[in-house]
Amino acid sequence: MSADGGFGRLLYPGADWDFATIRRVYDAIEEIALGELGLDTYPNQIEVISAEQMLDAYASNGMPLLYRHWSFGKRFARNEGLYRRGFQGLAYEIVINSSPCISYIMEENTATMQALVIAHAAFGHNHFFKNNYLFRQWTDAEGILPYLDFAKGYVAQCEERHGHAAVERVLDAAHALMSHGVHRYPRRKRPDLRSEERRERERREHEERVFNDLWRTVPAKPGGPPAPSLDEARRRALLELPQENILYFLEKAAPRLKPWQREILRIVRHVAQYFYPQSQTKLMNEGCATWVHYQIMNRLHERGQISDGHFMEFLHSHTNVVFQPEFDDPRFSGINPYALGFAMMEDIARIATSPTEEDREWFPDFAGCGDALGVLRHAWANYRDESFVSQFLSPALIRRLRLFYLVDDSEEDHLEVAAIHDERGFRRVRRALSRQYDVGHQDPDIQVVDVDLAGDRRLILHHRAPDRRLLDAEDARLVLQHLADLWGYDVVLKEIDPKTEAVLKEHHASARPGMF
Amino acid sequence: MYIIDRRLNPGGKSLANRQRFLRRAKALVREAVRESAGSRSVKDSEQGATVTIPGSGVREPTFHRAPGGRREHVLPGNKEYVEGQTIPRPPAGGGAGGSEGSPDGGGEDAFRFALTHEEFLDLFLEDLELPDLAKRRFTDGEARTWRRAGYSISGSPANLALVKTLRNSLSRRIALRRPKPGEVDRLEAERDAAEMLGDAERLEAALQELAQARRRSQRIPYIDPIDVRYRQFLPEPKPIAQAVMFCLMDVSGSMTEHMKDLAKRFYLLLYIFLKRRYRHVDIVFIRHTHEAKEVDEETFFRSPETGGTVVSTALEEMLKVVAARYSPRDWNIYAAQASDGDNTTSDNERTARLLAEQILPICQYYAYLEVGREDGMHPVGFIPRESDLWRTYGTLRKEGHPLAMRKVRHRREIYPVFRDLFRKGADATKEARATP
Repeated sequence: MSADGGFGRLLYPGADWDFATIRRVYDAIEEIALGELGLDTYPNQIEVISAEQMLDAYASNGMPLLYRHWSFGKRFARNEGLYRRGFQGLAYEIVINSSPCISYIMEENTATMQALVIAHAAFGHNHFFKNNYLFRQWTDAEGILPYLDFAKGYVAQCEERHGHAAVERVLDAAHALMSHGVHRYPRRKRPDLRSEERRERERREHEERVFNDLWRTVPAKPGGPPAPSLDEARRRALLELPQENILYFLEKAAPRLKPWQREILRIVRHVAQYFYPQSQTKLMNEGCATWVHYQIMNRLHERGQISDGHFMEFLHSHTNVVFQPEFDDPRFSGINPYALGFAMMEDIARIATSPTEEDREWFPDFAGCGDALGVLRHAWANYRDESFVSQFLSPALIRRLRLFYLVDDSEEDHLEVAAIHDERGFRRVRRALSRQYDVGHQDPDIQVVDVDLAGDRRLILHHRAPDRRLLDAEDARLVLQHLADLWGYDVVLKEIDPKTEAVLKEHHASARPGMF
Repeated sequence: MYIIDRRLNPGGKSLANRQRFLRRAKALVREAVRESAGSRSVKDSEQGATVTIPGSGVREPTFHRAPGGRREHVLPGNKEYVEGQTIPRPPAGGGAGGSEGSPDGGGEDAFRFALTHEEFLDLFLEDLELPDLAKRRFTDGEARTWRRAGYSISGSPANLALVKTLRNSLSRRIALRRPKPGEVDRLEAERDAAEMLGDAERLEAALQELAQARRRSQRIPYIDPIDVRYRQFLPEPKPIAQAVMFCLMDVSGSMTEHMKDLAKRFYLLLYIFLKRRYRHVDIVFIRHTHEAKEVDEETFFRSPETGGTVVSTALEEMLKVVAARYSPRDWNIYAAQASDGDNTTSDNERTARLLAEQILPICQYYAYLEVGREDGMHPVGFIPRESDLWRTYGTLRKEGHPLAMRKVRHRREIYPVFRDLFRKGADATKEARATP
């Protein structure tokens, strides 16, 4: 394709851009992405925004719309403060897993940056969202924006009906439990957010239709029917116990919540579930997008569509993004997902095309197969960070990054180097790193294990604490208080050592009267 | 692919969230605002402020792990470590070796953010009111303003409410089924068409309809006198929207820098407060030793002066300025006097008379602030006596004159004293309580 506009084959002459430039750049990139890389994406929607709007998007987890809550205001104030004082720059882009896939690009970006951002977000991330199994399984890209719109309206309506304070209390409590409001394993059917909205409307309409004030005046039978005594197994089965999705459990089983409060729990739970795959695929998602933009920008340069100067500008920001400080560097703050992700993608492409003997031994099923893109597309579609690292991290890369595995046991005086980048250590380093990306291992495993609804209704939760890693006591107390308020009765959280089944610590909370 | 320009979308999308946040953190923010008030100067009273509130008040707790137990890290950049080697534990939070901890374990420390000018003042002056603000509002019948008061069916053509009139006309036309403007034309065309075709029956019908439509159009006017509406205005007494604030200060040798600073802070608060209530606020600075002079702000606070102390000169100067520029009919007059309490003994009586007979009747409010030494120390065995002015003014107040008096020694007392003076529902002038 040849670009028109009076500057030869170049897509743009300088740093300035206008909408025609974006369109030209997009078309050129699309040709490479779909034609040469064989990517498969949702339709794109590119939105140009200002810095303030970017801060807005930050505050609401990058979503274009979300219900109202003070914590978003707090986040906005914090980010704005950091940004205004120059402590923190803003991201070049934000991309939303929806169909059409929305990419926000900042107005301050230069033309080269816009090209980079379009390649990165509108094709890299977009392809990943559409193809990765976690996103396919857990999120509903078509339904998310209408659902958020519904959620925003619903919460606003509740505020009108029941007052700001009442709604805020429910949201506070739900947010505290948000990280434990996701289903970690697939359930019966795929979530469909559109029908969620419809079902809630129907529930309410049904309630209004069958409402009859007479029922209120019917005197209750003294004593009531004797409660059927259930054996423990049956009782637990009915309540779907043990249950690790605490918000789901409360929504379904908390005895004293009103319907609108359950609905708000449900909304928070759905939002948490929507973000759940993102936290499990951060490394792969960024690796995929970074690798894609790197390929595309190189191709544009090879074709003479961007000038040498602009290509240098691209390389400058690209190397900034994939920079990995070493552990003793003051700038070190954990492993940079862009750096490791990009390095692994490059490494996989290298193994597929020009493997060494070692690679052939470690990766017999694709080393030297020649189809780097096919291998990568397969990996992007069928793995998450944890399994991706444990399958694809090669000894060559461990050596290059000089990764080592450190054990920090609070009962020992010293840290121990458990493995380094040598023949004996490769597998152990790889396994440890893979565990670091396993959300099941990283997030505390807290489950509702039992409750006697006919008895004192005390809710019992267990935290299985591997390696004696207990919960932060102060925060646990606060969250448990929220939990008790929602539940309406006493709650106890036991921290249990999974090896010995010994109870390491207990937390108690009682419902405060008048909260809900 | 669509490109959408969102930059022109209305901003302030997170305003509602910000308001919720401020409401949530109100008690904390209020505390922070009042604290920050102590350290601000006259110059930045017009700006917003950055406040810091403790993070615990707006904490968002989650279940997360505490440090401790057995933790594993995989880190890049190994230099000399070999397998099985032990490394001394680095100090908590310090540089090397697995100090990054869990990303969510950071804990929240103080939270710092900026308030806008409006937000700042709202919190700062919350629950305060100006005494006797209403007094003059309705008694002064001279100034009037016109206020919109709905619509009337009569009025001058200049006040014709066009939209309202046409809306009435439209609904009347619809109700009475007046043919629409194009209706007659359409029927004429229909008639012509029928004529061309020679369809007698259709022609007859068309003619009849046409005649009826014409009749209706003639009988039902497009605009009827009953449609017409006029905008109506009612006169309303106009509150005086301007105030003048007199700052009187003793600058004789006995006033230390510290005392002047206290006085300045008090004036600043009063100024901010008046500014909030009145559209236009003038300030007059009058300083006095044994003679008084009107000066500008810079001179008032900065340049040193020595001499004796005759308070009545300042009051006379103030009366002179009032007579020349600020007629009490048009201005709300506020006065605040700061002094260390010294006065030439022979002048006390004159001061009291001036104040009672001339100054207080024209003032909305008169506050006397007695500033003391910071240490507030007196020689051992020396019983602190009340100053000349305090005694003089105290007598006046006992006689029932509206006069507020407070003593201030330390900077941190200024704001409480100020709040105390202007607290809602409190009548500071009647309350014979002095802060020690």
